[in-house]
Amino acid sequence: MRLRRNLTTLSFLAPALVGIAVFFLYPLLSAVYFSFTKFDLLTVPRWVGPANYRRMAEDPFLLQSIRNTLWMVVVFVPVRIIGAIGLSMLLTQLKRGAGFFRTIFYLPALAPPVAATIAFVYLLKPGTGPVNTALGHLGIEGPLWFNSPEWAKPSLVLLGLWGIGDIMIIFLAAVLGVSPSLYEAASLDGANAWHRFRYVTLPSIRPVILFAAVTGVIYTLQYFDQAAVAGSIASGQAVTGGGISTSFGYPEGSTFTYPLWLYTAGFRYNALGYANAMAVALFVVALAVTVILLRRSKAFSGEDQ
Amino acid sequence: MNKRIPPARKTVIAAAAALLVTAACTPAPKEQKIADPGTEVSGSVELWHFFTEREAAAIDTVVKEFENAHPKIRVTVKAGQDDSKMTQAIGAGNGPDIGLSYSTDIVGKFCSSGAWVDLSAYLKRDNVDVNQLNATTRQYTEFGGKRCAMPFLADAYGLFYNRDLFTRAGLAGPPKTLAELTDYAKKLTVKNPDGSLKTVGFLPLFDFYENAGAHLAPAVGAKWLTPDGKSAVGTDPAWKTLLTWQKDLVDWYGYENLRTFRAGLGDEFSADNAFQKGKVAMNVDAEYRLAFVKDQAPTLKYGVAPIPASDPAHYGGGYVTGNIVGISKNAKNPEAAWELIKYLTTNDATIVKLANSLKNIPTTTKSFTDPALAADPDFKTFMDIFANPNSSTTPPSSSGPAYQETFQTFLTNWQAGKVKDLDAGLADADKQINSVMTLGG
Repeated sequence: MRLRRNLTTLSFLAPALVGIAVFFLYPLLSAVYFSFTKFDLLTVPRWVGPANYRRMAEDPFLLQSIRNTLWMVVVFVPVRIIGAIGLSMLLTQLKRGAGFFRTIFYLPALAPPVAATIAFVYLLKPGTGPVNTALGHLGIEGPLWFNSPEWAKPSLVLLGLWGIGDIMIIFLAAVLGVSPSLYEAASLDGANAWHRFRYVTLPSIRPVILFAAVTGVIYTLQYFDQAAVAGSIASGQAVTGGGISTSFGYPEGSTFTYPLWLYTAGFRYNALGYANAMAVALFVVALAVTVILLRRSKAFSGEDQ
Repeated sequence: MNKRIPPARKTVIAAAAALLVTAACTPAPKEQKIADPGTEVSGSVELWHFFTEREAAAIDTVVKEFENAHPKIRVTVKAGQDDSKMTQAIGAGNGPDIGLSYSTDIVGKFCSSGAWVDLSAYLKRDNVDVNQLNATTRQYTEFGGKRCAMPFLADAYGLFYNRDLFTRAGLAGPPKTLAELTDYAKKLTVKNPDGSLKTVGFLPLFDFYENAGAHLAPAVGAKWLTPDGKSAVGTDPAWKTLLTWQKDLVDWYGYENLRTFRAGLGDEFSADNAFQKGKVAMNVDAEYRLAFVKDQAPTLKYGVAPIPASDPAHYGGGYVTGNIVGISKNAKNPEAAWELIKYLTTNDATIVKLANSLKNIPTTTKSFTDPALAADPDFKTFMDIFANPNSSTTPPSSSGPAYQETFQTFLTNWQAGKVKDLDAGLADADKQINSVMTLGG
């Protein structure tokens, strides 16, 4: 009887389990296996032990890509969260036209990343782009944006801020979900707007902040499309197909992120064993960051959210 | 003895089993056998190529003619296929019979791994003389003594120059040496009242449009690889000549000024191309630019010439590359595949027809001089560059374009002034290139 019940449960779970096994566990185990081999998709993988991991320690391109990706994690993730909180706070204050503005701010999140990046690069294009022209009318000489190694990553952050709608909508729901009675109580105790935000809103939306931080870090560690497209379009060599990696990282390697090097090493230089080692390392880092964030947050808030 | 397997061991066994499954998915190499001479070839054959739209239609026409000439062979054509799709298909055991690629960078890997079969046996059996193929194209279609690809039309790079701007600057013909190129570039450069650049004679940045190291190497006859396949950028003094020349010109403009100027230029393959717009007076580009100019800037008065050389004795050449075609190791009908490749790459009438419709350079001796070839004087200049002994290509390597792209990174650092000691920098670049080249194999 019990066996039967277990089997019934299992049969209901089966589609999910099969999915996890085929699309998650199998690829993950394969990646771990291939990371210990020399492998080029065309010949039989050759076992080389931890050689690929050892190579990672002395790879200057890897170092450069890690620096760029870390910059994005450290700057982009907090900026995105702060931006989304700020925007959702503003949107909750609106007395009229709230629906309209919510839609407007959410819309960019629906734009395909590649199209959005192309549009952004052209908007910010020095010389011909409208942004620098407008700045010029104000007497400000605009930077070279995606064409300057100092400004390329901040420009990508701007692009990310523009497409903030996906997490803004979650923050908006969270902010609206804070019980009005808490605000009332705080006001009665003499709390001003900052106090209400600091001691009522912020603690209430902490789980959402945590969620945004964890997904944001994972998303940024895998940052690929926008960096690849921005480099290619800004370099003025928008080629398709095999030549794309020649413009990766433009200008001067400033947008050369970890996944771009992973792709180049694997699919351009036929070093799929090495690329798999990089993928496994990325997985471990993402997992570690997630675990640390979750642990710290629990200790911090003292509750099991 | 305890028969219970400890949990740790269980994990190991599970992992080992998973690895076995993964390993088993990778196909083993196949023995190559070819038919006896005179055997009639029949059956169906699949061709993957990367062309789209008008160019794909040109391929279809030629394939149709092939089918008419070989009624027992049926060809399935799949357009718009890129290299990574083909690599994956071959790796998974389902490669197309024939692959046609735009990238000579794959030749090294495809030859050394056996992903494309060695065509020598077919060539020998059918008495096809490979010496009828242009010498440079022969270089980029073989690797490690294996001829696993055939050239399918080619591209040659030269110098485009704007005749109107030349007249205004009092210049007659194109520059022939690098020193002249610098001189002309300075004379052709016009500044705005605020000191910024309005028109640039020659934009020397290595990451601008087609100015990649590979395309400028023929100007100094620089070698990429040593005979044993190691990086030669640190040992071949020609690179130093090119880099010193380039940096001098960059410094004359000022790196920051060039960067600002270049940031405002249009995309290379759009109608806003800086050369077509007259923003850049001289530009390195290939013969396919002729068709772009005709289409996007029909009023532009321009001339074409070989790449200026450091030594006048080496003038006349340029960078040469092209499309390549080969047979997958898991081709279902290699004999029919070879028949089609032979038709596409050694049948002179077919090559002329393809060259005329795709506006690329024909690769065999006879097709090159065929009166049916539509070659105006500009196109003829590129054909001369193509046939010139000073022309060169990027040698095939089993790590693909790794050596070029690693060096390209060095070049962008160099022009930005980040490399203080050129000799030490080049020696270091050698080390990096050698290291990256061994990542995969």
